[in-house]
Amino acid sequence: MEGSAIVMMVIGIVIIWGGLAASIVNAMVKAKRNKS
Amino acid sequence: MENRQLWGTRVGFIMAAAGSAIGLGNIWRFPAVAYENGGGAFFLPYLFALLTAGIPILILEFAIGHKYRKSAPGSLSQIRRGFGGIGWWQLAISFVISVYYAAVIAWALSYAVFSFNLRWGEDTQGFLFGSYLKLAETPGQFGGIVPGVLIPLIVVWLAALFILYKGVKKGIEVANKIMLPALFVIFTILVIRALTLDGAAEGLNAFFKPNWDSILDGKVWVAAYSQIFFSLSIGFAIMVTYSSYLNKKSDITNNAFITGFANSGFELLAGIGVFSILGFMAAQQGVAVNEVVAGGVGLAFVVFPQIINTLPAANEFFGFLFFASLVLAGFTSLISIVETYIAGIQEKFGISRTKSVLIGGGLTAIISILFASRGGLFFLDVVDYFINNFGVALAGLVEVIVVAWIARKLKELQDHANAVSDIKLGAWWKVCLGVITPIVLGWMMIDNLIKNIRENYEGYATWFISVYGWAVVVAAIAVGIIFAAIRDRGVASRSNESTEVS
Repeated sequence: MEGSAIVMMVIGIVIIWGGLAASIVNAMVKAKRNKS
Repeated sequence: MENRQLWGTRVGFIMAAAGSAIGLGNIWRFPAVAYENGGGAFFLPYLFALLTAGIPILILEFAIGHKYRKSAPGSLSQIRRGFGGIGWWQLAISFVISVYYAAVIAWALSYAVFSFNLRWGEDTQGFLFGSYLKLAETPGQFGGIVPGVLIPLIVVWLAALFILYKGVKKGIEVANKIMLPALFVIFTILVIRALTLDGAAEGLNAFFKPNWDSILDGKVWVAAYSQIFFSLSIGFAIMVTYSSYLNKKSDITNNAFITGFANSGFELLAGIGVFSILGFMAAQQGVAVNEVVAGGVGLAFVVFPQIINTLPAANEFFGFLFFASLVLAGFTSLISIVETYIAGIQEKFGISRTKSVLIGGGLTAIISILFASRGGLFFLDVVDYFINNFGVALAGLVEVIVVAWIARKLKELQDHANAVSDIKLGAWWKVCLGVITPIVLGWMMIDNLIKNIRENYEGYATWFISVYGWAVVVAAIAVGIIFAAIRDRGVASRSNESTEVS
């Protein structure tokens, strides 16, 4: 794979899956807070 | 006291919303669209569209459903009397989509069974159009019913209507909690296998290599917004209906972010899997990846069976996994589409859910037999194109304009979302919905309209696209107007009771 393709793959993965992970963590933190 | 059905858990709602958004288009549309519109460079307009239109509209629809706690017609008519017709128009669009969408799931179900002995043989195109669909010679011919399509279609409808009959919590939520994780596991296994095939790196290179010149092309931006819009199940009442079953304290904004990112995350996974496999196919045939790129029905039912034939081992197993993933992705979307008008009919006429499922779902199932005919693929192609481009997109545009500019309800809905959500909406949300979304959707509509006036879609005969394309689009609008004019018989309307949550 060329360098530019690898960079775009990493950007896509980090933003999209990172965004999903951050949103889920936010929801879990809120759920924990509400429980306590 | 509220007696509306509710989701059992927040996870259940998110699974259902994501299950609705993640459909067949994620697997067979996104990879080809991204490749044709700049490869890796497409991710910039795509992410921009997700953040400026996709997630903002999701938040809007979640807020409308959550605040007014009714299906789309009921919720929109509470925003302003007369807007209920827009909701009915959206339900009519859902009705049309569900009619043919079930047929595609039936094909995938058949192919999942065919995988056990690779029944499609070497000539996969001949098998699809000849042996399986028994495709009519010319568009517009019915040519009789094809039992091989009708039987799985009946199975799909029986399963969908049973789940809908069981209700929101015991039916839709339970089904999504099983099917969505199953889809993710199955698809991840497929992607891992695809990544280990010869030629996968070349496929991924073709998919992710950026063509920066494309960024300056307006059509690429329109393609990005179209992909986000059509992929997220927005603009045709699903998300309004689903969010109307949310608990009053639910976090709307974060739910929208999770749904939007989950949908895009699956699209990215599908792109990686599909292009790894296309890279393998290109390597096997000794050609460049661009010579084997395909999308839509051709990718799923012609190209993939060819690839499955050439896998080094466990062909039947991976064939089954691929078509099972199509069935799961399509099925969770189908039940969300049908739920919109089942909820609408139930509220409008004050009937039980069972009756609503039997009347609404049963009618759709009967009409969908049209797509089990020998001419089914032609009907499907035209209806799908027109109802998406001039139904879903136009209804979404009208919804945003009437809420933002005519009723001027964005501030009220923003306050509602902020009152229950961790992430607070600021001016960006109103700018995205009031300015960016109408401009981009309006441009998309005009661009498509000009293209279709200049030349007939796919070169079909004018009478054929007039009857099964334009007339279906107009009929959906007419249904919206007629149903809005019929007097409500539902409980809330009889007592003139507002169900609004403040």
